[in-house]
Amino acid sequence: MTTTLTDPTTSYLLPEGTREIPFREALREAMTLEMRKDPRIFLMGEEVAQYQGAYKVSQGMLDEFGPKRIIDSPISENGFAGLAVGAAMYGLRPIIEFMSWSFSLVAADQILNNVPKMLYMSGGQWGCPVVFRGNNGAGGQLGSTHSWTVEALYSNVPGLKIAISSCPADAKGLLTSAIRDEDPVFHLESERMLGDKGPVPEGDYAVPFGVAALRRGSWSGERNSDCTLVSFGRPVNFCLDAAEELAKDGIECDVLDMRTVRPLDIGSIVESVRRTNRIVVVDQCWPFASVASEVIAQVCERAFDHLDHQPLRVNTDDVPTPYAKNLEAEYLPHKGKIIAAVRKSLGML
Amino acid sequence: MPIRTVFKAQIDHLQILDENGVLDEKLAKDTLTDEQVVFLYEQMNICRHLDEVAFKLQRSGRMGTYPQNKGQEAAALGSGFAARKGKDWLVPCYRENAALFLHGLPMEKILLHWMGDERGNQIPEGVNVTPISIPIGTQMLHATGMAWAFKLRKEDRAVITYFGDGATSEGDFHEAMNFATTLNVPVVFFCQNNQWAISVPREIQMNSETVAQKAIAYGAHAIQVDGNDLFAVYKASKDALSRARSGGGVTLIEAVTYRLGDHTTADDARRYRDEAEVASWRAKDPIIRTRKYLEGKGLWNDTRQQEIEDRAKVIVAEVVRNAEGIESPSIDDIFDYTFETIDPELETQKRTLRTSSLGQKPEQAGLEAERR
Repeated sequence: MTTTLTDPTTSYLLPEGTREIPFREALREAMTLEMRKDPRIFLMGEEVAQYQGAYKVSQGMLDEFGPKRIIDSPISENGFAGLAVGAAMYGLRPIIEFMSWSFSLVAADQILNNVPKMLYMSGGQWGCPVVFRGNNGAGGQLGSTHSWTVEALYSNVPGLKIAISSCPADAKGLLTSAIRDEDPVFHLESERMLGDKGPVPEGDYAVPFGVAALRRGSWSGERNSDCTLVSFGRPVNFCLDAAEELAKDGIECDVLDMRTVRPLDIGSIVESVRRTNRIVVVDQCWPFASVASEVIAQVCERAFDHLDHQPLRVNTDDVPTPYAKNLEAEYLPHKGKIIAAVRKSLGML
Repeated sequence: MPIRTVFKAQIDHLQILDENGVLDEKLAKDTLTDEQVVFLYEQMNICRHLDEVAFKLQRSGRMGTYPQNKGQEAAALGSGFAARKGKDWLVPCYRENAALFLHGLPMEKILLHWMGDERGNQIPEGVNVTPISIPIGTQMLHATGMAWAFKLRKEDRAVITYFGDGATSEGDFHEAMNFATTLNVPVVFFCQNNQWAISVPREIQMNSETVAQKAIAYGAHAIQVDGNDLFAVYKASKDALSRARSGGGVTLIEAVTYRLGDHTTADDARRYRDEAEVASWRAKDPIIRTRKYLEGKGLWNDTRQQEIEDRAKVIVAEVVRNAEGIESPSIDDIFDYTFETIDPELETQKRTLRTSSLGQKPEQAGLEAERR
């Protein structure tokens, strides 16, 4: 398997016309630009039209595209997920917004039992190019039932692609790729990040799936980092904060942002581990059978001899997401836990 | 403040051809011609024979599972015949084979499907039928989404989707009805109420008097028809489809019929159904009543019956030969059909036939890749 290594020195070299916009605008821009080009695309979900989006991601889109392409749905997740399957089978390209991925659980039969199997069960004939997107992960005191982090649960299912952005540029680039993809894609966003600003290229911008970004460290540096931090989505930012702090003590980390969980760029992870000989995977899912577990299993399969310390994971605590502010903050895979894990992997704890 | 009635509803039941083969000439006006009835009756016989043969194939280990359609042929044929071939779409579950064949689905596709070959779900170009849907009720939403696509593209089409009485207990039914009516898309919901959801009878499955009345809550048109009456099924379906195409609204048709066989080859209906009930429905078999009607009109006799039974044997024998004659699927298919474009990791698994724990080269695991 060939691995494309993307370096911070190149991945941050965004094209001309790059300006700072919030995450939610980056998402909107991806959908808007694709919808202008492709009349097959429509957006459906709860509150997406008249109310301009429960989280204002689709603000202004009803005005531009009209009620036949920006569609308010009844509170019926299994309903609009299934409707998207039929529309996709007949050649449309639906984008389905789940107000929260927590609500996707009631649509499980459609999104797990129909969407990823349609192509296979029809002998390669009926593909299902639907994008499902929405907020994922603890959103700041939303309570346990509204704070689902679904990537571990859903990435077990073959036939799906799962993209998770850690920054506005990727939000645009990965969502653009998701919309163009011929296969079903789950695009996981974070309510906590929708207002975060970052540099985002104007115009056409797509980030390929299955290519991790090295956010800190270097593939060509003279000195290898001390530890590899692997993460995806919002916790990538926790890793960067932790790495910054560790650097003050002279501990350098590679921070790999996976961008897509499925497909997983295991090649980049292995490459980094060969250089650092240590790995800490940071994952906002519960620990048991998490994405972190999978990454570590694959690292053990492929780079066992390169490890100088047992692989470590930093997940959320193995309990329902707490409601109380202080408990929720402590439950997440926060900076303090990451720093402790890196120190442990270096034999400093 | 006085109590006032804000809503009243009624459900009509339509029967045109009764179980003795007597036709209501007035209601039958502009429905099926003699020639069409003969054609559909022949189809009933062919499908019934396929059903019997498929059952035997399963029992002799040549097929995985099979759900017999026996007794429900009029419901499938009357509705299928009302849909315009090549224009309207059929979104089936798994007990309306005869309708699918009318629309051009090769019969061996159904056998292939139940033999466990995904190629049975590869639908030939121009045949407006979606693959058989096994999860209960999910296809109603797909039909609604497809109808939404017709509306968005301003195409002159409607979709008819099939499901059983048990499926109306699923959320999918209610969500599909709600979506279809609020979006006003050209879809007809066709419920084959065959009285039994595997071993659960209708009266335990639901407290409502009819299935049809469930449509009322969603503002859809509703009608109950004698599902073993070719004429009534055809008329209700034709009316519903043309109403759907003209933007006149969604219809739920409840076709009251009976599953004369088991749910599938995996159960034995004799263990949970009363023989007297089955016998009473055997007398209402659509084949018997349609034959009585045709004989009464001098359009059918024993000789013609023998001819169609002989013809059915020839047709079905060839279908079985075709289905069993196809080369076994290649192991490549399981990798090739998971994504439109295979990703590198899956490509490696396809090449080595194993996940990475067994090594990425066949010789590492001491196994030779058995590709066929």
